[in-house]
Amino acid sequence: MSQVLHTPPPTRAPADDDLAALAARHGLSVSGARPTLPEYVRQLWARRHFIGAFATAKLTAQYSQAKLGQVWQVMTPLLNAAVYYFIFGVLLGTKHNVPDYVPFLVTGVFIWTFTQSSIMAGTRAISGNLGLVRALHFPRAALPISFALQQLQQLLFSMAALVVILLCFGVPVSVSWVLAVPALVLQFTFNAGVSMVMARMGAKTPDIAQLMPFVLRTWMYVSGVMWSIDKLADKDDLPHVVTVLLEINPAAVYIDLMRFALIDSFHASQLPPHVWAAAIGWALAAGIGGFIYFWKAEETYGRG
Amino acid sequence: MAERSEEKVPTVVADRVDIVYRVNGTGAGRGSATAALNRILRRKQAEKAAGVRKVHAVKKVSFVAHKGEAIGLIGTNGSGKSTLLKAVAGLLPVENGRIYTDGQPSLLGVNAALMNDLTGERNVFLGGLAMGMSREQIKERYQDIVDFSGINEKGDFITLPMRTYSSGMAARLRFSIAAAKDHDVLLIDEALATGDRSFQKRSEARIRELRQHAGTVFLVSHNNKSIRDTCERVLWLERGELRMDGPTEDVMKEYEAFTGDKKPAAKKPAPKADATKAKPDATKTGTTQPDAVKAGLPS
Repeated sequence: MSQVLHTPPPTRAPADDDLAALAARHGLSVSGARPTLPEYVRQLWARRHFIGAFATAKLTAQYSQAKLGQVWQVMTPLLNAAVYYFIFGVLLGTKHNVPDYVPFLVTGVFIWTFTQSSIMAGTRAISGNLGLVRALHFPRAALPISFALQQLQQLLFSMAALVVILLCFGVPVSVSWVLAVPALVLQFTFNAGVSMVMARMGAKTPDIAQLMPFVLRTWMYVSGVMWSIDKLADKDDLPHVVTVLLEINPAAVYIDLMRFALIDSFHASQLPPHVWAAAIGWALAAGIGGFIYFWKAEETYGRG
Repeated sequence: MAERSEEKVPTVVADRVDIVYRVNGTGAGRGSATAALNRILRRKQAEKAAGVRKVHAVKKVSFVAHKGEAIGLIGTNGSGKSTLLKAVAGLLPVENGRIYTDGQPSLLGVNAALMNDLTGERNVFLGGLAMGMSREQIKERYQDIVDFSGINEKGDFITLPMRTYSSGMAARLRFSIAAAKDHDVLLIDEALATGDRSFQKRSEARIRELRQHAGTVFLVSHNNKSIRDTCERVLWLERGELRMDGPTEDVMKEYEAFTGDKKPAAKKPAPKADATKAKPDATKTGTTQPDAVKAGLPS
């Protein structure tokens, strides 16, 4: 064969210390090293189209085998709301304390589901996509963010259903509906941040995915999804600390903000104190903190 | 004869690389509750006793690859070839040692990013974006990718979900997407044996084209002929250790003597890959296979 003639002589690897020096001399960089934080942000920004396309693809693939197809995007949240209405509205009769109970409940369920699914998906973002992580090079934060984005898209479908429900139950359209946008942006930032924290923990210890449903269910019951926190907070027998904790709970903050924005009978007085400050604070703390926490372990994802 | 290595520009330097996989839930306890508890309580001190098995996949491998070289990686199954390739790509963390690279080496393969429930068309975009191409670049090359894959030769299949494709068609589309991008350091894991004979010829031509653009090419294959056709230098890994490193013909002779076949066995075209059916969603199952084609290869 002709190639044999052009074959370079066997390059026996030089002595060990030479290799690092050789690499340094030719300006080679260490493969798989963690980029600096600004560089990481830049890489992530360069992959923004992938993040978006991956989220949409996941969302579309979800119901592609069902006969009703994408109708399930709206049907699933509606059925969820119906179940909760049956249990908490009809059987337990929580509705007697809250005006516009159905819109109140449905808003709570949808907003809570957004946070819950984002965190659940985030927990498995790395450990459930090892094939992808080990096959292609991209900033790994793209995965948890993409999953959070998928849930946001899902929520937008739910919100469309919610608008119909609101109108059916006679809630008037008002200017305050615009407030839903900043509330959602803040909640998304919070969710993405927590997702990234959970993604790192889930990558190291996949067992966390088994534990999360219980943690999340507990969190749901204290977040006032089916009942009004301010009713509970009014009671005198609760210690002050508990009241404050209930009100500062980020899930409760975002749920109440959305109710305040959409439902006219949900007054500002029912909101926890400093609600916007809390919403922004949680979003920034989780978003930035989660991002840095995730980045710190960037080079270790894919091991094991 | 080429000059000595002092004259050449290194693109990949592997410096005493060790790669270790850790597998939970094996060993004495077999994932029983006590073993798991043990694992949590005794964490660092006794990984082995706690049922964590360490698989030492690559052991102290050092080599220097230069610009313009095409290097074959050979070895029997489970000798650490694919693992080493992934580490060079920076996708698998090394336990000890360092791998230095010029630019970002990329592994040829996108199937982990593709989704069987989506149409071929959307998968072209998804795969392209996953490899870091921009939307404009993909649009520009979209027609080439589809034509190259030959998916539309038998009707308008590109607008159907990928799960409706035959395994050969799916493998062809995957290769076409993966090969659409030019790379500095290109790592190919047995991608040559994809699809039917006519497609294989086209793929080999495309690989040669990629080689001209790429600085360095690594090729993992069990097909001795394609190693001979493509590479001038071969690294032979056995049980994770670098057993030989030298010109193709020298190493291949030794290797063939070792495996016991004088004549390269894999002359006939590889059977179609069946792995796609078995793993409908590679992203979900978290499979470590970079390319489903693998399972269909003769060894």
